[in-house]
Amino acid sequence: MTDKETQMITEKRVDIQVNGQACEITVPAWRTLLEVLRELGHKEVKCGCEKGDCGACAVLLDGKVVDSCLTLAWNAAGRSVTTVQGLGGPDNPHPLQTAFIEHGSAQCGYCTPGMIMAAKALLDDIPEPSLKDIKRGLSGNLCRCTGYTRIFSAIQAAAETLRQQETTS
Amino acid sequence: MNRIESPAASTANLQLRQVGKPLVRTDSPTKVYGTAVYAGDLTMPGMLCAAVLHSDRASALLRHVDTSRAEALAGVHCVLTAADLPPSQGVMTDMPGQTGGLTKNTKQPILAKDRVRFCGEPIALVAAENAAIAEQALRLIDIEYEDLDGIYDPFDALAPGAPIIFGDDNVVASYKVRKGDIEKGFAEADFIVENTFTTQYQEQAFLEPEAALAWVDEHEVLNIRSSTQVVEHYRAVADAIGLPHNRVRLRAEFVGGGFGGKEVMTIEVWLALLALASRRPVQLVQPRERSFLSHGPRHPFTMTHRTGVSGDGKITALQIKLTSDAGAYAKLSPYILLYATVGATGPYRVDNLHIDSVSAATNNLPACAFRGFGTMQANLACEGQMEEIAKLLGMDSMEVRRRNFIHTGDANVTGQIIRSAVWSDQCATQALATLGERPTDTQTTRIGHGVACYQQSYGRIRWMKDSSEAWVGVEMDGTVIVRSAVTDIGAGQSSALAQITGEILGVPMDQVVVYFGDGAVTPLAGTSTASRALYMSGNATKMAASQVRKNLLSCVAGYFGVKIEQLDMCDSQVFIIDDPQRSIALKDCVKLCAAEGVHRHNLAIFRAPTSEGIDPETGQGEVFPDFTYGAHAAQVAVDIETGEVKVLKSIGAHDVGQAINLRAVEGQVEGSALMGQGFALCEELILKQGRLQTGSLSEYLIPTSEDVPEIKAIVLESRSGLGPFGAKGIGEPVYAPVAASIANAVADAIGVHIFELPITPEKVIKALREKESTK
Repeated sequence: MTDKETQMITEKRVDIQVNGQACEITVPAWRTLLEVLRELGHKEVKCGCEKGDCGACAVLLDGKVVDSCLTLAWNAAGRSVTTVQGLGGPDNPHPLQTAFIEHGSAQCGYCTPGMIMAAKALLDDIPEPSLKDIKRGLSGNLCRCTGYTRIFSAIQAAAETLRQQETTS
Repeated sequence: MNRIESPAASTANLQLRQVGKPLVRTDSPTKVYGTAVYAGDLTMPGMLCAAVLHSDRASALLRHVDTSRAEALAGVHCVLTAADLPPSQGVMTDMPGQTGGLTKNTKQPILAKDRVRFCGEPIALVAAENAAIAEQALRLIDIEYEDLDGIYDPFDALAPGAPIIFGDDNVVASYKVRKGDIEKGFAEADFIVENTFTTQYQEQAFLEPEAALAWVDEHEVLNIRSSTQVVEHYRAVADAIGLPHNRVRLRAEFVGGGFGGKEVMTIEVWLALLALASRRPVQLVQPRERSFLSHGPRHPFTMTHRTGVSGDGKITALQIKLTSDAGAYAKLSPYILLYATVGATGPYRVDNLHIDSVSAATNNLPACAFRGFGTMQANLACEGQMEEIAKLLGMDSMEVRRRNFIHTGDANVTGQIIRSAVWSDQCATQALATLGERPTDTQTTRIGHGVACYQQSYGRIRWMKDSSEAWVGVEMDGTVIVRSAVTDIGAGQSSALAQITGEILGVPMDQVVVYFGDGAVTPLAGTSTASRALYMSGNATKMAASQVRKNLLSCVAGYFGVKIEQLDMCDSQVFIIDDPQRSIALKDCVKLCAAEGVHRHNLAIFRAPTSEGIDPETGQGEVFPDFTYGAHAAQVAVDIETGEVKVLKSIGAHDVGQAINLRAVEGQVEGSALMGQGFALCEELILKQGRLQTGSLSEYLIPTSEDVPEIKAIVLESRSGLGPFGAKGIGEPVYAPVAASIANAVADAIGVHIFELPITPEKVIKALREKESTK
């Protein structure tokens, strides 16, 4: 890197809400949201390709699913990020998480956090998805272990649980 | 869920309370909540980031490597090349035996010294303050190459006068099988069918690229935490860098997919060198495009079958030639070729047989282990040939198979007598029946049904003298601990040990904690490869748990004044079978044992059957412990205008011996269905003059969610395997027949067999045009 290039580097302070917690960080323009989230300790956001091919790094940005490797941290300024840990945990599991556990949808587990976030975005958009909708909704998330079938069935089960919660609340 | 228990099965394991049930795997919650830790997630204070410079030439002399500009860059801690390495100058890429024995000299340079032999060969290592600086340092390393002629085709490599890639010649390995009287067999044949099948490179494409962290601890022990299938690599690391074995500790984290790609050493030795040189913790996570260069894809094979067959479909003679492209280093090519040789006749009995197999060195990427390990390629040719024989005879291909299936008690390719159940016919029949009715063709689509059977080994080659150790103990509160260095590569390896232990000791699975994958503190279990983890570690764990059970029950028997046989364990209670009201809580039973000084833990070792090798002239001898049999069936729709093949149904039916976790077994079948579909239809690593053209997941295409057909797993249980409760290995076997079944279904749909994988639209259109023109 030449001196001239160095002078062009600008850093910026940005506020990002991650799983409801405010984070203020100083980052250069080229730093991706994936890198920043992992530096903040959010190791649940996985890196599989850094090119948007695999979806392992998928998170919700203001409720919409994005590949965090293709999102610059600056573009997340003032916005809200949700990772799979923000969705729920052992004490307050999201129906998607419960269904993924019960259906055996995780094998090696590396695609799972991104897969669940893509599924969350899908169900937010289409609460009663057809199998075709699910396949389309996950088409940006690769899984090499499962053949996807148990991921599909978990999403269908979670959709059903969410619908029941909706009607009873 | 389909589960079939044939009356032909050996006695059902009726008493089982947990084994065989589709229970939640112990590793599921942590993976789903995002708390599971993988090697790339680890951090340490003062940790440096590593980066690796890979050759961009396939065949060249390294005239000069100048690292001075990289070393001068602020934030760079060390730059290593071959000149900085210890004198051993190589790392073993062989499969580590539990006996520590090296069976073939397959050493590979850690870093290229005077010459690079493939595009992607590692040349230099950098450790820097952060990843960006490390990457920048790579760009500051100046390399002067002098290009050499390269060889990129295994047949060119075997031609007389070809330049030598490494060693004495370009033959990395070769095998001969000579059985029966092949001349007589061909003379008895009514027909002779000859075909040549070829397969391509396939990339493992695990979602987690290679990752590891290494540091030297306060005891001067070199620690490595890695994404590996093999903890025992600590020995190879120690040998390579000149440390005693007890100064290297390798710990395997959850592996984000292995499939054989994390079986030989990947990045561990590089990090060991950097940690020693920098005296700082160093982490490397390979970027995806370098991951493609860091393990070794599936070998391309060329396979010719010349089959003599009688008019009623019986094979009278078979001559097979197998050639694989090993690439620029041997790695596991000799073993993979052996698997292909043993698997070359599939699940069929052939009494008059010649096989000649050879693996050739080229300047291509060194190929290595990948689920199936040569067997699935060999099986593809075998099952394609079955269809061609049936077509020639005008017979149903299942009928041809039935006339030739190997049966329990028969001798296989190498003369090994098959002792477990062979349920090929039941599996194939079930799988085909589950396909159901054929949809009708439309104007532009043709429907096809295809089936393929297989024979795939589980457990390692007998002369590796394989063993596995496991430790099981009960804590004072009645909770249970299992210690096993088995690596957990995502198929439920550690969870299965919890389920087996829970079964034996009568405790719920969630009361069992499995410490796994630590070369220093968990008893060595051997590799999670060769479909052996459950077979070997499952047996060792069952043995250890059974001894603990015996110790506990002997105390309780004394307490109640009954015999051990009158007691059982369930729900963390020990009770008298005929009088269940008389019981004692497990935690109180443990206290009894403690007071009497009885062991509440046990360390067991399970040893696989061994042999001393095969006869080099005839290939006869016992090679594997046992084999798994089954079948896969596929329904495809071929668009005759575009050549596109769509898989509609994909059904795997396998005799798994005994399912330990039914859901996990089905998961293996389902995952293999899609991975095999990728191999059949779309996956291909393309090399041009040795240079990778498809080094990303947008160029190397694995099936996505939109490619998923209707997948079903049919689980049959003969309880005849060598694993715990009669289990057989399944991780590789369930994959072995998938691509062949799809290729056969395509042939059924369009009336012409495509002998070259993958079956791309271009090849379909070409085949249809050729068929049209020969009418």
